[in-house]
Amino acid sequence: MKEININVHHVTRVEGHGNIVLNAKNGNIEELRWEVVESPRFFEAMLRGRRYDDVIIIAPRICGICSLAHSTCSIQACENAFGIVPSEQTLLLRKLLYDAETLQSHVLHYYFLTAPDLLGVGSVFPLVETHKDVVLMALRLKKLANDLADIVCGRKTHPIQPMVDGFAKLPKPEELRAIQKRLKDAMNDHQATVELFKTLKIPQFERETEFIALKDPTEYAFISGDISSTDTGTTPVANYLEMTNEFCVPHSTAKYAKHNRESYAVGALARFNNNHEQLSPRAKEAAEELGLKAICHNPYMNNVAQLVEAIYVTEHAIDLIDQLLARGLKEEKPDIQVKAGRGIGAVEAPRGILFHDYTFDERGILKEANCVIPTNQNHNSIQKDFEALVPQILNKPENEIKLLLEMLVRAYDPCISCSAHMIKVEFR
Amino acid sequence: MKPRLAFFDFTGCEGCQLEVLNFEQELLDIISAADIVNFREAMTERSDDYDIAFIDGAITTERDVARIKEIRERAKILVAIGACACIGGINCLKNFYPMEEVLRIVYGESAHYYDTIPARPVDAVVPVDYYVQGCPMTQSEFVKVVKALLTGKKPEIPNYPVCVECKMAGNICVFEKGETCVGPVTRAGCNALCVTNGRTCWGCRGLVDDPNTDSEKEILAKYNLTPEEIIAKFRMFLGYSEVAK
Repeated sequence: MKEININVHHVTRVEGHGNIVLNAKNGNIEELRWEVVESPRFFEAMLRGRRYDDVIIIAPRICGICSLAHSTCSIQACENAFGIVPSEQTLLLRKLLYDAETLQSHVLHYYFLTAPDLLGVGSVFPLVETHKDVVLMALRLKKLANDLADIVCGRKTHPIQPMVDGFAKLPKPEELRAIQKRLKDAMNDHQATVELFKTLKIPQFERETEFIALKDPTEYAFISGDISSTDTGTTPVANYLEMTNEFCVPHSTAKYAKHNRESYAVGALARFNNNHEQLSPRAKEAAEELGLKAICHNPYMNNVAQLVEAIYVTEHAIDLIDQLLARGLKEEKPDIQVKAGRGIGAVEAPRGILFHDYTFDERGILKEANCVIPTNQNHNSIQKDFEALVPQILNKPENEIKLLLEMLVRAYDPCISCSAHMIKVEFR
Repeated sequence: MKPRLAFFDFTGCEGCQLEVLNFEQELLDIISAADIVNFREAMTERSDDYDIAFIDGAITTERDVARIKEIRERAKILVAIGACACIGGINCLKNFYPMEEVLRIVYGESAHYYDTIPARPVDAVVPVDYYVQGCPMTQSEFVKVVKALLTGKKPEIPNYPVCVECKMAGNICVFEKGETCVGPVTRAGCNALCVTNGRTCWGCRGLVDDPNTDSEKEILAKYNLTPEEIIAKFRMFLGYSEVAK
């Protein structure tokens, strides 16, 4: 019988540093681990002692890929602590920048980080020669998302304009009209992406699990709503600790989480499984064409769910711009009365539900912070998927097993630097 | 033969590597003029044979120290990209807490297993040939540096404060609006992007050479910042420099 020794040190094409370890002999699995080895950054320590307006600048630096999600979550936590209800205009702009965030991150993930596996190459770079039209389309979609973020945030990575209770600068109507036209044109690129996805062979594997995401009765939730589980229904954001139950494992600098079962999953697939009925008709159509049906238990289908969401947020952004142009953009001065207290922000980062929980003193100085990162919530699910998948594929050649495990990790789109940055620091 | 480029990430948010992937036409141009042989966030292949190494992230563990020394030995040219690599950036905020105690509280019995040292910029460990400053790195500066290196020239990086670019951008001075800023001692090159977009300068591009930080501190005090608030302001990105101590 054969011996299998797989040790992938620092999985490539994921954000951050993680390892895969598999040792098997004569069909017996001796070791099988998903290890998180990112250097911890002690973000809670970095935030502690800073005033709220510095906190919202430091917090996005947790992650370069989803800085707009951390920014939004951080701002919401501050507003929640100070009892601020932002204006309708602020909420519309926040949703618009959030569409840019989701589109940017999803396109990066399925084109740059995942597609090379499905097309049998090591990175997007050789595709410039073999699939030039696909690469140009990917770059075009990414540029569109980045430009939309630029207009609303002043910069795509680490936003400048979003503030507590408002924006430091507003987009110009002509900028919004121009980008809206490009968003409409992008629907053709999305359709071409759907056609491309139809030709790709997505691995078949299922493990029944629990999916957790935000849920809002008014729309497909990204920055509002309650916490929803496919097992246990909805619960208010204030009870997030009961859902996440983080715990430590020795081989990881990130925390793990579980709720109703041995693990749960968050992210595009979890959102789809909880909220698919609220998608737009074209997004629903794409899901159907690609065989994505709720409740889907194949983690590799997360990439398909991302594409479905990319279509949804593009249409959503077009609609938001119509609303903003119809009501007209007006300068609004933030009205912030700082007070002591605790506030929780909850958003759907591209990789799943994200919480920032801050406690401030009466001067608006942060005393304590706890941030629960989507990838932390998925680490345990990745491990359990490994344990369910490996026995099914152990008879395959070693390089195929390795690729399937790496692809599984990439399907979750883990943001490992985020997750390891968030170890809770308790001060005496 | 085309020059061989390698990208390595240390402790940071990887936003600077993302900024490289965020280039559109420029990325295609770079690929046609050079070979990218190592870029973990974007590719599977890895090679130890490279000419120019781009480093993002700060040095925060003993493993980081050993790894950056090895990269320095292999690379002909080493470029630090982004605030974490160039000046230590926000990672240095943790340096102001007693790390041993924090580690013990977090990890308890396993504290010895986790390797962490005070955060520092790359040039605190090995010599750095060129810098692309900013958090995230300023994209136009990256293009300028790469073009210069690929054509064998020396890139010109501004050594004057953000205030110069801020005035040219026609902005109303942040101090006149009743807010405060560290633009007077921060290296220009960003076109005062944050002030232009309605905010203030936080100093992410590092200090100019020979900054007059005493006079900056006096100005901040004149605008009613307490000594603690002044230090907090400098610690945001400049925690590794003397000015924040």
